[in-house]
Amino acid sequence: MMNKQGRPTTGTATNGGELATISGHRGLDREVKLIFETGRPGACGVDLPEPELKHDRLGGLRRRGAIGLPGLSEPEVVRHFVRLSRKNYAIDYGLYPLGSCTMKHNPRLNEKMARLPGFADIHPLQPVSTIQGALSLIDHLAHWLKLLTNMPAVAMSPKAGAHGETCGLMTIRAAHHAKGEAHRTVVLVPESAHGTNPATAALVGYTVEEVPANERGRVDVAALKAKLGPNVAAIMLTNPNTCGLFENDMIEIADAVHKAGAYFYCDGANFNAIVGRVRPGDLGIDAMHINLHKTFSTPHGGGGPGAGPVVLSAALAPFAPVPLILHGANGFELIEDDAAAKSHDAKPFGRMTAFHGQMGMFTRAMAYMLSHGADGLAQVAGDAVLNANYILASLKDVMSAPFAHSGPCMHEALFDDSFLKDTGVTTLDISKALIDEGYHPMTMYFPLVVHGAMLIEPTETESKHALDEFIHVLGTLAKEAKGNDKRRFEGAPHFAPRRRLDETAAARKPVLRWTPPAKAQAAE
Amino acid sequence: MRYLPLTTADRKAMLSVVGAKSIDELYRDVPREAYLTTLVDLPMHAGELEVERQMGKLAARNVSAGSVPFFCGAGAYRHHVPATVDHLIQRSEFLTSYTPYQPEIAQGTLQYLFEFQTQVAMLTGMDVANASMYDGSTATAEAVLMSARVTNRKRIVLSPNLHPHYAETVRTTAEAAGLSIIEGNETALDDKTACFVVQNPDFTGAIHDITPLSDAAHAKGALLVAVVTEIVSLGAITPPGEMGADIVVAEGQSIGNPLNFGGPYVGLFATRQKFVRQMPGRLCGETVDAQGNRGFVLTLSTREQHIRREKATSNICTNSGLCCLAFTIHMALLGEDGFRKLAALNHDRAVQAADKLAKVKGVELMTPTFFNEFTLKLAKPAAPVVDQLAKNGIIAGVPVSRLKPHDKAAQNLLLVAVTETTTPADIDALVAGLSKVLS
Repeated sequence: MMNKQGRPTTGTATNGGELATISGHRGLDREVKLIFETGRPGACGVDLPEPELKHDRLGGLRRRGAIGLPGLSEPEVVRHFVRLSRKNYAIDYGLYPLGSCTMKHNPRLNEKMARLPGFADIHPLQPVSTIQGALSLIDHLAHWLKLLTNMPAVAMSPKAGAHGETCGLMTIRAAHHAKGEAHRTVVLVPESAHGTNPATAALVGYTVEEVPANERGRVDVAALKAKLGPNVAAIMLTNPNTCGLFENDMIEIADAVHKAGAYFYCDGANFNAIVGRVRPGDLGIDAMHINLHKTFSTPHGGGGPGAGPVVLSAALAPFAPVPLILHGANGFELIEDDAAAKSHDAKPFGRMTAFHGQMGMFTRAMAYMLSHGADGLAQVAGDAVLNANYILASLKDVMSAPFAHSGPCMHEALFDDSFLKDTGVTTLDISKALIDEGYHPMTMYFPLVVHGAMLIEPTETESKHALDEFIHVLGTLAKEAKGNDKRRFEGAPHFAPRRRLDETAAARKPVLRWTPPAKAQAAE
Repeated sequence: MRYLPLTTADRKAMLSVVGAKSIDELYRDVPREAYLTTLVDLPMHAGELEVERQMGKLAARNVSAGSVPFFCGAGAYRHHVPATVDHLIQRSEFLTSYTPYQPEIAQGTLQYLFEFQTQVAMLTGMDVANASMYDGSTATAEAVLMSARVTNRKRIVLSPNLHPHYAETVRTTAEAAGLSIIEGNETALDDKTACFVVQNPDFTGAIHDITPLSDAAHAKGALLVAVVTEIVSLGAITPPGEMGADIVVAEGQSIGNPLNFGGPYVGLFATRQKFVRQMPGRLCGETVDAQGNRGFVLTLSTREQHIRREKATSNICTNSGLCCLAFTIHMALLGEDGFRKLAALNHDRAVQAADKLAKVKGVELMTPTFFNEFTLKLAKPAAPVVDQLAKNGIIAGVPVSRLKPHDKAAQNLLLVAVTETTTPADIDALVAGLSKVLS
């Protein structure tokens, strides 16, 4: 059909899918050069006044020679990063079912609150009288965290989950040393643990011993008890665990750990499954980090920043690192050094970071908590668990769910690759085929306790409709994997900005930065 | 609740598929004595307007840096961040994505990480950089651990003019890892020393040629770790990489990131090519896809905790992704000319301020060389002077006693930072304020 000016008003279905374009772009998906390849001397994206300086005070150390930074105007910079952004999947775009990572909706109100000048434009070392609102906010957030966990204290400064683990284990180490029990050098870690757990234990100077899982996907309590001895400093346990299951023997484990003179560290990465419904303090836990970027929805930002406050039991509380925030006669006080802390009966093990922690994440988490309230947070956990169980129930027969026989899961549903046996299709192929279907893949090949793991965490912010679509797609992929036509899986993804990338080549001869062409040639 | 899509009818339908009567039933593995039957004693949910009111009240009780003459530095600096930066980092595709584990749909993140690594390597004068650490202080601790791995030695020497909070962070981390830490100058180096850690410009603001230190460290088989807390300084002064440093760590907050009361910030970590496999943290590398097109992936992950577990080079997982995006964008806007001009402007303003302040009775300039921060010795203890001026609406700087409370010699010292955001009127206000308080 044509309109009166001869403009076609209907499409024609001519084939063109495989056509190479002149530019290399494909419609909305543009190839993007590096800024170093498009920038040139003389262009600049800022206007600054001319310096008036005649004599510098740089002690003869003025920088000579070009740094090599490219010059770009503001519109070029905007286009560069907008074009790059379009090559990313995002939770704002669709379901992001990365198990253990908790990709839930990030409310924009939280962004707005974090940018209030009273929070964003204050310096960590300006006089304490001028930052009473900031200290009050941190104290307020700490109060919520303590009530939600039923723990008496919280160290706020750790900057992410692994940093929180470090803080927790250092607190435990300090407590043992204070009791004259420095000989405790072993930390027990279940084989299903996040990689950060054994890495942290090693960082803090401990030897790691693994505890096996049982056939129900939980810690083998008998094996654990057999390993508990006078040399054990702590156990690090994730609960709900990385198989998405609640460790139902928690209280028995805690009793055994305490009886052996050790402390119970809980990896709180999965606190989002139980917030408002189960308080870790009631389970006998001594220390637990809370990933504010998971449970309390501060955005993941392509890999951070996060925040990992650590709640502490009464036994560990005195050893928390500086800084400490106290209520004083003239408002809030900030205790920044050991000696001052000691005058308040604290025995801090040291300092985790230069300043007071991730204020920008605290403000976002606080806005999230105030928005949900006690009722909303309990519903968050409940809906997250319901959504995961809905996926488990809908897919367990077409895929294989190794622990489905043991009852409901928590916030994530775990599948293994036994349904793919003899099909030639792998967990990786299923994941890449999901990309073609418009989804970010689930966590793959983790936890290590099952073969070819697929760990699906839908979170509470997905609608039933969104889950039904996803279940339909994944279920159909599972059926096709078992069928005769496997074209969907071969070389997937086909419709992403890039096909499968050669990770082996990248690691064999690492190219970690751009080098000017002349230099690159000379180096060869 | 505005963030929760499930309706009562949805929940009912889904529970019937699951085969449970209630959500509570899904929690049947929780020991009964630990399962709450009532809500935690906290307020109920609130609408946007109510949350804004509550948060706004707290924010209003702080004196924001932009509202007064402001001179705090000591590891965190107030610079102007172009509007473009904050707009771009709030694009959904950057803000709400995860660590780029699936590279085919994360090229946006991966490419800016590659650009970030290149910018950091160029600025520091090093071969390679990683994709960020939490901040400058934790990056310094990681550098110390790395130097112990590289040299297989356990003795660490810290320069006395390293930021005291950095020194404490290093001490805490390194001692737990079984390293011994001493404070000293190059005479403390011996053939058991893993590294010497030096800050430049140092904590007092003074600038040093660290080449002799590198030579001294290398002569003993030790590494030189250079710390930069004000990255803008590298637009004006010789980078540590050109003065023999083996590892350069820095706080990148000054570029693209607001003060945020101390976090989140972005730690920069750069080193020599030969040490790449001992580096901590994520690395982004160039490769090709199945059709031969250039692409980027996270690489050398066999160093990392999710593969190597207790044998990893670091336990870091989440780092400072969005903060390093802000850094990359701001640095792209600045470019060579802009960055150098920004540095010159900072130095210019600082020199003007230092000269004016040095003329105040009872004020002595202690640092003959400096970039945008210098130390003043006052005729009175600095902390009460700062408190007094704060009451008069001037944030005069950081009293050194706040960071070195046990150092009597530090009592009268004041650290003053001056950036492009400082106006001549701000400087005059500080001069007048100090004159009054010290008279």
